[in-house]
Amino acid sequence: MTHSAALSVEGLSISLAGRQILKDVEFEVAPGEFCALIGANGSGKTTLLKAIVGLVKPDSGRIKVDADGSGGTSVGYVPQKISLDPHIPLRARDVVMLGLDGARLGLPLPSRARDARVEEMLQAVGAGDFAERRVGHLSGGQQQRILVAHALVRRPRLLLLDEPLANLDVRSVAEIVALLRRLSLQYRTAILLSAHDMNPLLPVMDRIVYLASRCAVSGKADEVVRTEVLSRLYGYHVDVVRVHGRVVVIAAHEPEEIRAALARDPVHTAEIP
Amino acid sequence: MFGSFMTNAWIVATMVAITAGIVGFFVVVRRAAFAAHVLPLGAFPGAAAASLLGVNELLGIVAFSALGVLGISQLQRWERREVATALWLAVALALGTLFLNMTRRYSQGVYALLFGEVFGIRSALIAPVAVLGAIAIAVTLLLFRPLLLDSLSPELGEAAGTGRGWIEFAFLAVLALCTATALPVVGALMVFSLMVGPASAARFLTDRPLLALTLSVVLSLATVWSAIALSYLSNWPVGFFVGALGGVFYAAGRLRHRGGPAPAR
Repeated sequence: MTHSAALSVEGLSISLAGRQILKDVEFEVAPGEFCALIGANGSGKTTLLKAIVGLVKPDSGRIKVDADGSGGTSVGYVPQKISLDPHIPLRARDVVMLGLDGARLGLPLPSRARDARVEEMLQAVGAGDFAERRVGHLSGGQQQRILVAHALVRRPRLLLLDEPLANLDVRSVAEIVALLRRLSLQYRTAILLSAHDMNPLLPVMDRIVYLASRCAVSGKADEVVRTEVLSRLYGYHVDVVRVHGRVVVIAAHEPEEIRAALARDPVHTAEIP
Repeated sequence: MFGSFMTNAWIVATMVAITAGIVGFFVVVRRAAFAAHVLPLGAFPGAAAASLLGVNELLGIVAFSALGVLGISQLQRWERREVATALWLAVALALGTLFLNMTRRYSQGVYALLFGEVFGIRSALIAPVAVLGAIAIAVTLLLFRPLLLDSLSPELGEAAGTGRGWIEFAFLAVLALCTATALPVVGALMVFSLMVGPASAARFLTDRPLLALTLSVVLSLATVWSAIALSYLSNWPVGFFVGALGGVFYAAGRLRHRGGPAPAR
């Protein structure tokens, strides 16, 4: 199993500035799988993704990304909360092109093969209509499509997306989720997508990696998103509640940190109704 | 206006315009206008020191530009970009004040360094300006795509394997080279306007990066050539026309762009 995984993370521990962010995290993502990385703000999602890209050094553990033999990097990455500067003269098409050769030296020479590949990617993410427009002038959903194309144009085996659904309206969220599912099937690219809300992803995800209290559990959504499993992960009792077809994870009592903070600051405690 | 005593002015100014047009494109795109202002001003004490020591002025300018690059890069590790840049300016101006105080017969030279003396360019300056300008242009064009990607988003650049640190360092180095090229010609105060004016106007004219870079060079050449001609005819300073034309081009680009959505912030 291990050899065939698109991504395998073993015993991964990371601390940043002396603070432990992740402890002994283990999971695997199979080729072409759609995997949701779920956790609250500050649970270490971004750190985990950055470690997989190679931008953060782990203290211990192993990260193995399946290389397809081409020798190049096989990870595509869409970072969090990117704001594309409208002052830069750059068409949507140019951003996708930079995904292909952005690290190369020298001026870009005309190339039919490259243009064809960029064009195909633009069509694949449904960006044909705004490919010629300045990227900084596009809507959030349109920019997200271009960033996905930028990351996918090199045909990586694994695509990492950090909170790509944050700051999008409901319709764009649904569109981007459907697009990513289609792309992962079309190109057999495994997707690891972080989000703080799992609900928009539940219909499409093959696997969930749930981060809390510096640790992770992974598996099928209905195996992981259960009261007893998540309570064990959090280290205190949480309830998994299903309301109107949505899943909500509720802590039965305030987590340790919040209680400690409230105890230290009694003025604020008084203001909470 | 095209007499033999003007030949040097036309040649050197043309080289400076091309260099500033290319480097200026990235100054605007990378929001590095403050650094583009500070490096020339910070190189000015270098010229003063050179004159004090009796060595070549250009040597002093290059040395202080290089010091500026090292100083700003080092300070950037501890401080935000504009604070790091400003701290370097404070140090450089302090030294400049000291050096100027030590030389008495310098006021004419100071004026030339601040505002340029395009009509008094010596033939000996042509070769060094050509070499420095060519290096600045070559490095900028070599790093065209990594610089563009890093300007769009440092995270995307990092993910593509272009390290954030060295891209910024390389860019500051290019900026310093452009400074050294342009300072003796248009002066410390005007280098900045030549880099910022044409490039910011070019952004309004196209959405294609390579075309915008080319237009930036075209506008820069138009600025410098017109400024020299107008200055020759009117006897007004070249610097005035360089700055004013930059403003005119920007306003024209802005007006042309009015149909499209306004860039935020």
